[in-house]
Amino acid sequence: MAEEFEPRIVAFLCRWCSYTGADLAGTSRIKYPANVVPIKVMCSGRVDPTFILKSFADGADGVLVCGCHPGDCHYNEGNYNMQKRVPMIKDMLKGFGIEGERFRLDWVSAAEGDKFAEVVTEMTDEVRKLGPLNWKEIKEAVK
Amino acid sequence: MAEKKKLNLAIYWAGACGGCDVSILDTDEKILDIAAAADIKFWPIAMDYKVSDVEALKDNELDVTLFNGAVRNSEQLHLAQLLRKKSKILISYGSCAYLGGIPGLANFSNKEAILERVYKTSESVETNGGAVYPSPKSKVPEGEVEIPELHDYVKALHQVVDVDYFLPGCPPTTDLINLAVNAIITGKLPPKGAVIAADKNLCDSCKRKKTEEKSVKRFYRPHEIIPDNERCLLEQGILCMGPATRGGCGARCIEANMPCRGCFGPAPGVEDMGAKMLAAAASVIDARTPEEAASITATLPDVAGTFYRFNLPVSLLRRAK
Ligand code: SF4
Ligand code: SF4
Ligand code: SF4
Ligand code: FES
Repeated sequence: MAEEFEPRIVAFLCRWCSYTGADLAGTSRIKYPANVVPIKVMCSGRVDPTFILKSFADGADGVLVCGCHPGDCHYNEGNYNMQKRVPMIKDMLKGFGIEGERFRLDWVSAAEGDKFAEVVTEMTDEVRKLGPLNWKEIKEAVK
Repeated sequence: MAEKKKLNLAIYWAGACGGCDVSILDTDEKILDIAAAADIKFWPIAMDYKVSDVEALKDNELDVTLFNGAVRNSEQLHLAQLLRKKSKILISYGSCAYLGGIPGLANFSNKEAILERVYKTSESVETNGGAVYPSPKSKVPEGEVEIPELHDYVKALHQVVDVDYFLPGCPPTTDLINLAVNAIITGKLPPKGAVIAADKNLCDSCKRKKTEEKSVKRFYRPHEIIPDNERCLLEQGILCMGPATRGGCGARCIEANMPCRGCFGPAPGVEDMGAKMLAAAASVIDARTPEEAASITATLPDVAGTFYRFNLPVSLLRRAK
């Protein structure tokens, strides 16, 4: 049987909530797929859209951003600022033919190891269904 | 006094609209300085030289070539390579050569889809039962006819040959052309690879008042609103690309109450104009919920096409899937 495609998902996790939440999922041995490459950022609002495009350009099949719940951002407005960008990011990706499910923003607090596992499981399943993106090859046509 | 040796100059258009060539003619009396300082060896829009004339030149015999237009077919690629070989200095002239420009938007589509649209499904085409697609070689009673072959994607000039300088703009402004021409005539050239324009973004030189207010409840296209002449256009909901765009044009659109469309390309330090502009545009909207953000974004008709209007082939993703 052909091996099942394992997507690579880059996850930008804010250090104050979501990174701790992901850590908790690990230490409490909550099972979640190993497809995620976590990157610690100061705040979800610090995730420049450039980072997202770069992840795709360099071969990610999906990009996940997790931050503190609305109202809980360490810098007050960071997660709201990120939230404002989401529809534009999805529209922009659509222009490139990149499905909306390949990008996701969600809130994970430091206590929500289980939610982190849930978000990652869901997203991995969705992206697995979509198949590989292979942007490294796609962009080779123009260089 | 011995007359200074004239510079050998070539001007070429590839995937271009002709505006860049006109911009050279448009330098008013400065065109005479160019004529006095240069022997024009090749300029298809204005003079009757042939490609064979360029082929007959020695390598590096041209002092300067101004190359405008993007590269999207076999003839344009050939001319880019030929002119590179024959030129000491190759200048990527205008947004199409520098960034892919408006023709670069074709990278949101692909060759097959474009040919089908143009030669088959377009409302003005009569297919008489079957579409006729251009083919690089075709037989006619008189023999074989060859036309350039369309490439799969549009590229900027420096993506196919080595380029010495970049002169941005759609088309470049008279001031910058004069600056470049003077630099060439006097031999005072900037370091290789320089973009001949400002080294800050357009907002930096824009006189409009910025309030840092985030109050945009919808975006407007220029014809849908009469803007306040003093205030930043982006903060009024008119999508102005100033934050992502290199300055140096004299803010010519802004002065005319029109938003910047980004023709000068990415500001220094900006890796991807679309991503930078996205962050800037999202920052001015007033939304607390995902639904509000979505409904405000829905007033922007074409996010990708707007943010990458001039620079898709040199962006991080470079083309659509
Ligand atoms: S840069 Fe603008 S003026 Fe120059 S060829 Fe391209 S579209 Fe025309
Ligand atoms: S966004 Fe446009 S109008 Fe506003 S400061 Fe920048 S260049 Fe000026
Ligand atoms: S304002 Fe923008 S679009 Fe207009 S000329 Fe300047 S850089 Fe180009
Ligand atoms: S600090 Fe966690 S989202 Fe801002």
